[in-house]
Amino acid sequence: MTDLLKIDRVCKSFGGVVANDAVSLSVPEGAIIGLIGPNGSGKTTLFNSIVGYHPIDSGSIRFRGEELSALRTAEIARLGLLRTFQQTRIFGKMNCVQNMQISVPHVGDSFMTMWRRFPPEVTERAESLLKFVGLYAKRQLRAEDLSFGQQKLLEFAMALMNEPKALLLDEPTAGINPTLINGLIDRLKRAHAEFGITLFVIEHNMRVIMNLAEYIYCLAHGELLANGTPEQIQNDQRVIEAYLGGH
Amino acid sequence: MNSSTRMVLSAALFIAALFVPQVPALQPYLTQIAFLWVMILFALTWDVLGGQMGYNSFGNILYFGLGMYATAVIQRDLYFTVEEYANVAGGEQAALTTAEYLFGLGLGMGTGALLAVIVAALLGSGILGLRGHYFAICTLGLGIAAGELASGWDYIGAGSGLVTPLLPDALGERGPFFYYVFLILAVIAFLVLRRLYAGQFGLAINAIRDDEDKAEALGLHTTRYKTVAWCVSAFFLALTGGAFGNLVIFIDPTDVAFAGPTFGVWMVLMAILGGKGTLWGPVIGATVFHVTQELFWTYLFGWQRVALGLLIVVVVVFFPLGIVGWMRERWPKRFGEVVDAEARKAQISLEGES
Repeated sequence: MTDLLKIDRVCKSFGGVVANDAVSLSVPEGAIIGLIGPNGSGKTTLFNSIVGYHPIDSGSIRFRGEELSALRTAEIARLGLLRTFQQTRIFGKMNCVQNMQISVPHVGDSFMTMWRRFPPEVTERAESLLKFVGLYAKRQLRAEDLSFGQQKLLEFAMALMNEPKALLLDEPTAGINPTLINGLIDRLKRAHAEFGITLFVIEHNMRVIMNLAEYIYCLAHGELLANGTPEQIQNDQRVIEAYLGGH
Repeated sequence: MNSSTRMVLSAALFIAALFVPQVPALQPYLTQIAFLWVMILFALTWDVLGGQMGYNSFGNILYFGLGMYATAVIQRDLYFTVEEYANVAGGEQAALTTAEYLFGLGLGMGTGALLAVIVAALLGSGILGLRGHYFAICTLGLGIAAGELASGWDYIGAGSGLVTPLLPDALGERGPFFYYVFLILAVIAFLVLRRLYAGQFGLAINAIRDDEDKAEALGLHTTRYKTVAWCVSAFFLALTGGAFGNLVIFIDPTDVAFAGPTFGVWMVLMAILGGKGTLWGPVIGATVFHVTQELFWTYLFGWQRVALGLLIVVVVVFFPLGIVGWMRERWPKRFGEVVDAEARKAQISLEGES
């Protein structure tokens, strides 16, 4: 498998705090890769660096061979690399269908497309994806009226609407009702299998990540601590210590 | 109210508005009613950024004054030299033939609108990168700076102002003529905005209002949308300004053209009063504002500003969402929002097939 996303010795500090210290990892095309680590280990910072939310201090981030570190967030999104937020972000005053409609891919947008009305296919696709995440009955409600967990599902559906090649998910199951978690894992796997989206997932829920990812990277104190298959990670003494506060 | 009743009502309103100048009892008030359409244009154009996009601009008056000066200067320079014009200005001699007048007015308004769009695109690509309060404060300076510049530029009359050519007799009185000009402009602006809000443009600027970072993360060309939104607003404001100069005949740089403390603030107030971010809100807000202002002026003379201030306080405290915003919260169904208690409460399930 070729590497879709290749991160090479990325460093990022905020003042004196080193959030990422020479982190290198790669996400092969078509894979589901996990990223774990204790709170404050630099996972979200790494995501932010990848999608151009802030500039990196040094290192290189390549997506399909193209250097991302000089591009802006929207340009990176248009290349097909999308992220969801840990603190879910949706368009609160707009209804669910509108949230989905505006999430269409914007890669081919010209000056003329901004005046267009949404064709029926877009609305149909929006509704079928809302069905996919179980929100169809609520499609006409304003997004701000949904519960946190439902907003999270909406954000996931919006990401799918954008037809990305790779999706960076920042704690997709946090705040989700436990009874829905199995369903969500199923939807993530189906998004991967049916839409062919490469997934790179930050997750704290060990049951979820072990079940979902085929390969896992573990960060601690901004450095790459360990990497391997879920079995290797589960049995890695350093990882266990990091989570239990052994560091 | 479903969409067909709304269509019938809007059409009835428009036809009624067409006949207003024919009603003898309203004749003395025609200029005032023409002002009402101007107010509606102010509120509608302000709301594009302020309401739909969530960028509070205090500098939109810049485009109004720009259109006004551009139109007046073109009207003058087409048929006169500056010296000639200075001698006849204010006198009866500045009369033009109907064709000359209409050509000058049309060319002037068109050029003014084009100029305003160019200025909005240039300014927008610079300062629309600022967010929230920073943007608001930055725009506050625009109108003031423009007023100062206009006051010091002899070519456009500097501080002593500029007089527009007189309306030829064949076109009748100024009142009815500009009543129709502004009515048509207001209706066109309303319809254009309604169409824009219904498509990708509308949703994109709403998305920018709700969460600009998220909009960027989805790959939207946010800068392009923001700049174009300001250009649309500038386009209609410049057309309004161009005709407005001809309605009031005398253009003062700070009291008429770049009148930030009056028109510039009113456009914000009217949109908020009627309901930011709604289509009809600015129309209703402008109407209520203009009518009450006229009433205060007539019946509370001397206290009219105090009464206006109180009105604003009452609106902001009791109707923070504005008139239409308040109605929408109270009767959401009539605004086409689906309020399905079942759907709201429904437990979602991700089991099995979907």
